[in-house]
Parts: sequence; structure tokens; C-alpha cells
Amino acid sequence: MSSETKQILTTDGIPLEVSLKKAERRNKIKAFLLVAPLLLFIIITYVFPIGDMLMRSVDDKMVTEMLPKTFKAMEKWDGKELPEEEVFAAFHSDFIKLVEEKREGKLSTQLNYTKNGFKSIIKKLRRKSKSFEEGNYKEQIMAVHKRWANVEYWQAIKRRAPAYTGQKYLKGIDMFKNEDGQIVTVPEDRRIHRILWLRTLEIAFFVTLFCFLMAYPIAHLLATLPMKYSNLLMICVLLPFWTSLLVRTASWMILLQQQGLVNDFFVGIGLVADDNRPEMMFNKTGSYVAMTQILLPFMVLPLYSVMKTISPSLMRAGKSLGGTPFVAFWKVYFPLTIPGIGAGCLLVFILAIGYYITPALVGGASGTLISNQIAFHMKSTLDWSFASAMGLMLLTGVLAIYWVYNKLVGVDNIKLG
Amino acid sequence: MTLKKDFVKFDKVDKSYDGKVLVVKDLQLDIEEGEFVTMLGPSGSGKTTCLMMLAGFETPTHGEIYLDGNAISSIPPHKRGIGMVFQNYALFPHMTVYENLAFPLRVRKIPKDEADKKIDKALSMVSLQGFAQRMPGQLSGGQQQRVAVARSLVFDPQLVLMDEPLGALDKNLRESMQYEIKHIHESIGVTVVYVTHDQSEALTMSNRIAVFNDGKVQQLSSPDELYEKPVNSFVAEFIGENNTFTGEVSEISGGKCKVKLANAEIIANPISVKGKGEKTTVSLRPERALINPTDKMDNNHMGKIEEVIYHGDHIRIRVNLLGNSEFILKVPNSSSNLDIKLGKDIKIGWNSDYARALDPK
Repeated sequence: MSSETKQILTTDGIPLEVSLKKAERRNKIKAFLLVAPLLLFIIITYVFPIGDMLMRSVDDKMVTEMLPKTFKAMEKWDGKELPEEEVFAAFHSDFIKLVEEKREGKLSTQLNYTKNGFKSIIKKLRRKSKSFEEGNYKEQIMAVHKRWANVEYWQAIKRRAPAYTGQKYLKGIDMFKNEDGQIVTVPEDRRIHRILWLRTLEIAFFVTLFCFLMAYPIAHLLATLPMKYSNLLMICVLLPFWTSLLVRTASWMILLQQQGLVNDFFVGIGLVADDNRPEMMFNKTGSYVAMTQILLPFMVLPLYSVMKTISPSLMRAGKSLGGTPFVAFWKVYFPLTIPGIGAGCLLVFILAIGYYITPALVGGASGTLISNQIAFHMKSTLDWSFASAMGLMLLTGVLAIYWVYNKLVGVDNIKLG
Repeated sequence: MTLKKDFVKFDKVDKSYDGKVLVVKDLQLDIEEGEFVTMLGPSGSGKTTCLMMLAGFETPTHGEIYLDGNAISSIPPHKRGIGMVFQNYALFPHMTVYENLAFPLRVRKIPKDEADKKIDKALSMVSLQGFAQRMPGQLSGGQQQRVAVARSLVFDPQLVLMDEPLGALDKNLRESMQYEIKHIHESIGVTVVYVTHDQSEALTMSNRIAVFNDGKVQQLSSPDELYEKPVNSFVAEFIGENNTFTGEVSEISGGKCKVKLANAEIIANPISVKGKGEKTTVSLRPERALINPTDKMDNNHMGKIEEVIYHGDHIRIRVNLLGNSEFILKVPNSSSNLDIKLGKDIKIGWNSDYARALDPK
């Protein structure tokens, strides 16, 4: 009985399920082919680079490969006293090979990241090593410079033995693994990254707040004005999108500088004295002002699209039922705009947290963000693995914020349009 | 308890949106306490504007509106204490049915146990007990409509305004809701001002109907009077079906007048014609004209059947009569003895009392 009802056949005698799958397979393939170019593009431009970044940030193979014999000899060394002759001999043999390949400069750079002072002693060692005699390398190397006789430098070399390391991440939060293998914080006067992280969060938070405060009334106006006015206003909101980011930032430089228009205006209305013009650029103020203006459309648009869907009769209903205009707004209108607020805030916050050009141009020393630091390490120090590590930390931070947001508000509550 | 005759009073109210066109012209309207008054009219006739002025969302350009003897033009909507049902229900989508109904009570700071009682009562009034925890989005159109009605009544307002509340419902549901709203009105005795463009809705529900056109009240009277005794040709045209003849008054005497048509003369009841030579439109309800009348009628003419439409309970016959090829007759299905065939000439008669000579179109 049951087997009869289970198998429903089509008129051709093919089981219905098989037929259905066959029919749907074609559609699935078509759908996949449509998506395929973008998928490929994302894999090439997004998944691979991020994977590469992850690898780079923990990759420490360079020194491992440059000093293979040394690290092998060091395995037996307890790292407390100066190592034995065996280690020195291995180091010498690795070093000679590097000098032949002209790669000792890279080694000195790498070791210098771990401990300052390697650069000069490696240079000196290269010069002196030409006249080394065979045997008793410990004596000969230690004679080159007194740092070679210091156990700390050998400990520093040993720390570079693992092919993978998390030390870049530690450095990103101003911590490091000391000689005893303990994770400690760097001295207070050298804690630069923590300040930057906190400042990035602070600026992103306040820029989001300012954007929200300014965008909410604009979006409301846009959603309620008659079409012919709202179109014009919408163009005004979108105008910044059509202008180059650099141009906009540069115009803020003109406006905000000490002899700039804003300051002239303040002096003109007697708000500040001519000889006491406030600095509004190359500090946090500059970053706040310029970033808020640039990110404003990202807040206006999601808010607008949500407000557009709210029927004006709801506010009227709220009022006719006895709510004051404020109560009607707060209890009826505002809760309905939360999806837009969520989307706008998330968008602006995430964009602000990784903002680069604007703070670099108008932020000065006290207004730069973590992304400027990442760029600095990409371009100037060429410490790409550190830049990658910080980039990943930033990404993780954004994902964490997204997760918290999802827990609090719910991602399905986001409405971008 | 005496009911106030002018519980709501529009006193010489004008309204213009752009300073050029008057949407409402010199409106004079009194609504009695406990009455169900419908504002009926085509779109753009100013009826919704009047309702919005009463609710407080629009201000009169000139004149004053009184509620229970007090001028209300300067009172904001939330202090008027008027319940309102909106066209698209305007339920708060983020609140449950219970919270929707609790909103007007909460802003009035009514204690929770008392509020709960009122909400229960209001929900049972619209037979929606057990729906309190639903979201509006989970309800059907008719249920949302009931919630909107319950919400407008839950805080015991003296006056409830309804702005085409049944417009979005299908025909059957609309009819049953009409009776339901009528019964609620009868049982709690609240004053209702109802706006619609659907004449059958207005005729079914109202105590009195104000027919709006062109910013003016054309006629304010009870449904039967509106139908039987329209005062001008707009009302006659707008309410129900209507046969018209246009002509010129040739004689007027003793409560009757003769109207000269293109090639005939009919006797009519002079309503808005005063003297000889005036142009007029004579209006006659289809059911007042009879085929082969047995009683004596003072109008008897021959017409040719041009179309017969079967309507189940009655048959509509289109006749070419006295040069009017759109003359409609309604014959009950039971009168099967009549010989109705296409192209046949029949005798049609009517009493001149029902042929109202009104203003020319």
C-alpha cells in the first residue's frame, strides 16, 4: 500500500522526484553560471588576499631558512648561558653562506625587528669574518663586538627559530614575548598601538554618533517632503558621492586651516581673537569634521529608505489617540526606524574604523587611525607581516562588532533599502 | 440626558491648500450627539479635508469648528480626544494588538488593571478575544480593521472619525463590517463621522448623510429622503440610479409643472424651478416607472425596448423613451406575465410626484 503511494510517476513513467530533480538541476546550473564570474572575482580578489594576509602575519620562515644549522644546534641549548662552540660554528657556517649570497643584510633587518642593535654587529661580523680562522668560532665571533658575547642577543636569535609566530599580533597590542618566554607589555612610553586602537574606536564611535544626529532629521525631511523638493535635496545629499574623496578632503583643508574660512568667520563674528585662532586641522577635530561629512550619505540613505516606508498616518494615529507629538515620535516613529539606524550605524562605523585617506591628510599626529599605521608599515618599514597582522586584527574587530550587533539588534533587522 | 443638537458644528468653514482654490467652501454643518453622519462624495469633493480639520491635522483657512460647544481650531490633535480609524488602518506594526489598544490608555495614564478591562471589552466588541498577543502583520485585513475600530473606541471618546475604513476590504467582508460598525454604534451611542465614496455603504450605515461636491454640502438628510427626494440633480445622479430628461418648463401651476422636451411634454413635480421658460432636468428613479400600469398615472408614453439584462432578482430593461435611449426600467423577476422582448414597443407610465424637476445639469 505504502509503496504505491510513495512512488508517483510522471506520464512517461519516470519517478516524479527524479524528474523534478532533473528539471531543477538545469536551473541550478544556470543560476550558478550567472553567479560564477562574481564568485571567481571574489575568490581571487578577496578570499586569496585575506588568506595570504593571514599566512604572512604569522609567517616567520625567512630567518628559519636563513639559519638552518644554527637553529638545529640551538635545540640542545637551554638559553640561559652563552651557547656552546657548536652553535657558534653552525652560525658561522650559515652566515658565510648568506654573505656569499649577499643576503646578510636581510638577516640583519629581520633580527633587528626582534632586538635593536643587530644591524651594526652583523655588518661588523661580515667584515671581520673574512679573516676568521678555522675552529674556535666562539672566541672569534665574541671578539668582533661585545654584543656577540651578550647572551640576550643569542636568545633573540633563538626566538626566531619557529617558522610560525604570533609575535606580530602581540606587537599590535604593545606586548611582546620577553627573554624568559613570558608575554609582557612594553614600557609605557612606547605603547603606541594601544593608543591608536582606542583612538580609532573613539573616532569611529563619535563619527557614527555625529552622522546619526545629523542624518536623522535630513532623512526624515527627505522622506516627508513632496517629490520635487525631496529630489533636489537627495541630489544635495548624493553630491559628495560624485566628488573625489581627495577633493573633498582637500577642501576641508582649505576651510579648516588656521587662516582658513571657518577661522576667518569665527574671528569675523568675534567668537575668537585674531591672534588666538584655534587649530581645527591636523588633530582630532579635523578627522571628526571631515569624516562626518564624508560618511554622512552612508547614514542618510539607509535611514531614508526605511523612513520612506513608514506611513504618515501612523504618526497621525499616534497623535489622534492622545500621544503628544513627542510620544507619537518616540513610541511609534522611532521604533520603526531602528532597522535603518542599525544599518546606517553599522555601515558608518565599519567604514570609519578602517578610514585611511582623510585622517592621513587632515588628522595630523593626534588624528591618525590604526589604518594609517598599517599603511606606514606597508610603505615605509616594509614590515608587511606586521601590517597584515594589524589588518587581520582590524578585520576581527569589525567581525566582533558585527557579532555583538547581531546579538543585540539582529541582522535581519538591518534594512539597506 | 438630552442630546446636543450641535455636538459638532462647522461654522462657515473655508479651506484652501494653495491660496488659490477653495477645497471647502463656506461649510455649515451641525452633527447631533450620538448620530452617525456620513460624508459622501466623489474624490476631491472636500470630504476628507473636513474630517482632517475635525481631527486636527488640518486647520480651517476661515471659520471655526466647535466640539461640544468649544472652539477647537487651536487645540492640537492629541488634546481633542477624538477617536479615529484610518483608511489603511494605521495599526502600529511593531506593537501587538494589546499594545496597540493600550497606547491611548497608557498616554492617558490609566492604571493597568483598568486598562486591561477596557481592552478586553473593546476586543470582545469586535469579537477578537484571544488575538491580543498577535502582531498586526499576522492578522487578515478584516481583523486589522476590527483592531483599528477597537483602538479608536477603547479610550471612550465622545466622537469617532472614520476615513474610508472599509476601502481596502473585499465586497463580502465590507458588507459584514458595515453591519458590525453600525451595531457597535447603536450599542455604545458614540457620535460617528464617517467618510466614504461608496453610496451603498453610506445608505446602509448612516442616520444622516452629507453629500459633498465641489467643496460644498449639496444635501444633508436621512438616507431615504436623500434617495427619494434629492434636492438637486447632482444628488439625484450621485445616489442610486436615475433617469433624466432635460427640457424647459412650459407651464407651472398647482404643484405641478409641464416640461417641454425636444418632441414631447411630460408632467413633473417642480422642486427647484420657479417659473416658465426655465431650463430643467427631470429626475425619475427607475423603479418608479411601470410597464403597462394598472393604476392611473399622469405620464404615459410609449417606448421601445433596446436591451434586456437579467440580474437574477430583477430584470433591467433599457428603453428608448421620448428621445432618451438610456431610460432604465427595473422589473421584478416575479412579474413574468409581462411580455418583454427586444425591439418591442411598450407602454410606460409614472406618477408626476416622483418626476422631480431639478436644476439643469
